[in-house]
Amino acid sequence: MAEQITVRTTPELESARTLAEGRRMHAISSAVRYALLAGVGFLMLYPLVWLIGASFKTNTEIFANPGFIPSEPTLNGYIQGWKTSTPYTFATFFWNTFLIILPKTIGTAISCAAVAYGFARFEFPGKRILFATLIATLLLPNVVTRIPQYLLFRDLGWLDTFLPLWVPSAFAGDAFFVFMLIQFLRAIPRDMEEAARVDGANTLQTLIYIVVPMLAPALISVCLFQFMWTMNDFLGPLIYLSSVDKYPVSLALKLSIDTTEAFQWNRILAMSVLALVPALTVFFLAQKYFIEGISTGGVKG
Amino acid sequence: MARLQIRNLEKVYANSFKAVHGISLDVDDGEFMVLVGPSGCAKSTTLRMIAGLETITGGEIRIGDRIVNNLAPGQRGVSMVFQNYALYPHMKVRSNLAFGLKLKRRPKPEIEDATKAVANTLEIDPLLDRLPKQLSGGQAQRVAVGRALIKKPDVFLFDEPLSNLDAKLRASMRVRITDLHKRLKREGQSSTVVYVTHDQTEAMTMGDRICVMKDGCIMQVADPVTLYNRPENAFVAGFIGSPEMNLMEGTLAVNGGIRVRLADQVLTFGEDVGGRLDVTGGEVLLGVRPQHLRIAASDEENALEGHVSHVEFMGHEVYLYVDIADIRLVVVVPSEQYHPEDIRDDRIRLIPRKTAVHIFDRETGRNVSLSANA
Ligand SMILES: Nc1ncnc2c1ncn2[C@@H]1O[C@H](COP(=O)(O)OP(=O)(O)OP(=O)(O)O)[C@@H](O)[C@H]1O
Ligand SMILES: [Mg+2]
Repeated sequence: MAEQITVRTTPELESARTLAEGRRMHAISSAVRYALLAGVGFLMLYPLVWLIGASFKTNTEIFANPGFIPSEPTLNGYIQGWKTSTPYTFATFFWNTFLIILPKTIGTAISCAAVAYGFARFEFPGKRILFATLIATLLLPNVVTRIPQYLLFRDLGWLDTFLPLWVPSAFAGDAFFVFMLIQFLRAIPRDMEEAARVDGANTLQTLIYIVVPMLAPALISVCLFQFMWTMNDFLGPLIYLSSVDKYPVSLALKLSIDTTEAFQWNRILAMSVLALVPALTVFFLAQKYFIEGISTGGVKG
Repeated sequence: MARLQIRNLEKVYANSFKAVHGISLDVDDGEFMVLVGPSGCAKSTTLRMIAGLETITGGEIRIGDRIVNNLAPGQRGVSMVFQNYALYPHMKVRSNLAFGLKLKRRPKPEIEDATKAVANTLEIDPLLDRLPKQLSGGQAQRVAVGRALIKKPDVFLFDEPLSNLDAKLRASMRVRITDLHKRLKREGQSSTVVYVTHDQTEAMTMGDRICVMKDGCIMQVADPVTLYNRPENAFVAGFIGSPEMNLMEGTLAVNGGIRVRLADQVLTFGEDVGGRLDVTGGEVLLGVRPQHLRIAASDEENALEGHVSHVEFMGHEVYLYVDIADIRLVVVVPSEQYHPEDIRDDRIRLIPRKTAVHIFDRETGRNVSLSANA
């Protein structure tokens, strides 16, 4: 009897053992995997974490203490940094950034949608050449056009105004966005637009009432990209803006480095943290659409 | 109230492909005209030219007493239903319906009333606050029809509106659309329809008249009965009717009697064919519908002899596939008249119904047996 029982249970025991073993192996492997991922993730995140930590340190501690937790946290960096060494506070600079971004983003959205609509939906003489030109500007390195552009805007008398930053975008100067919208539009069937035309809509009404809503996810992506790139743009304002009262945040950060003999690193870091905030906020608020926009190649709902 | 007149309409596409070869067609006020033809015969192109979505290369389109060649689609007094519905995806059903009227800046109460009325007619009231992606295919198509209806256009244009639906739904939508058309007509509203389809069942059941097209030309325009009984050419004869009409290559000789030699056999016809012939001989196609062939009794003369290659039992009818030399025939016999034991060694003798036989010129495809009423 006893023998029989052992015989019968052995396979079960064995299978239970292999099951437990498998589970253990699984646990170990996922532990290793997560540890590795967490490690690498932390490594990537470290500069940002350090930046935030350091912005609460005193200037002397920044170089003395390599860790990211401040020994005696202080808001001094923020308070002093905000005031800046110029007659203006960072509020001015944030406002300037806003003044640059808003018209630029709106201009981009409108002009790129219109131009993309034209290229994607209409046949006109010279279309091929114009499209080739568009792609060519896409391939041209930005630096190449800097000097001719500067000369042009100087002759127009636009130096030290926001115009050189706004105007190119308002005329669909960002070929990448146009290209992206064209690709997106090509994936949308024309039937809806034709239905609208039969319903009595003219070209502009079709664009506004039908095409733009269907383009919305792509347009939101365009706006987000433009927002973030403009926020981070340093060279543009550096070249065209000379009076401090027009400086956007990106230039103002550098200003603090210029004007003080001993760099107040804690102030610079504190303001850098603040400079990150708008972009991050906008990104997280619009994340849903943003992802949607990037992943919308051709699939239509 | 409007009739549609098309005169010598031509279309050459940008790649210099000539899609439409000077067609002329009159659609009477209130008439349901079906454009039918095989894929690529330019049905859609023609319809889109009427709608104004495609430029007109040559000829003239008249709606009512206006030449509309150079009018924008919205000003032609037409509305169109597309194959894949083409509802505006970001608008609720209600706004989809109202879009056209809103563009015309009609007063709000009027728009609301019209929306309600149309929703009622098409039984889509419960769907008014849904988005198009929340509709089934049949519902979406009803909304699309509603969007066309609400504008009270002079001419309705349909481009294969039912081909995305399953067979059952298609049948019920077919009835719904014809009912709607009759009702508009009864109420004295404009109800001229041009309906494109490649489905001959739709064409035969819905159309007051049918326009059969091929390669950008019109082959025949007629009511369904005429089209079926008196096809003007071999193409129409083959296209209309199911299963297809049998078209057998043969040689016609008229001397005394009418003799048609098919492969190694000869059929003779009397006055019921001879009376309507307008040629005296030549290379021809003999056309007989599968339903117009019957199995000959053993003592009957003047039959075609062939050999049955296979048999399909369809329920109320039986399809026989018969080979006569290298000619393949289809014969449809009612089930109760089909007795397998009559067919010995797969040999079968067939007699065509003389009054329903057509003879086509093999070169031009013209029906040469239509001249007098048989
Ligand atoms: N934009 C275009 N450029 C060039 N040729 C075209 C264009 N559109 C259609 N064609 C050609 O014109 C002919 C007629 O096309 P059309 O779409 O009118 O056919 P159809 O009768 O509607 O066919 P289907 O039943 O498949 O819808 C076809 O041979 C097609 O290849
Ligand atoms: Mg078509």
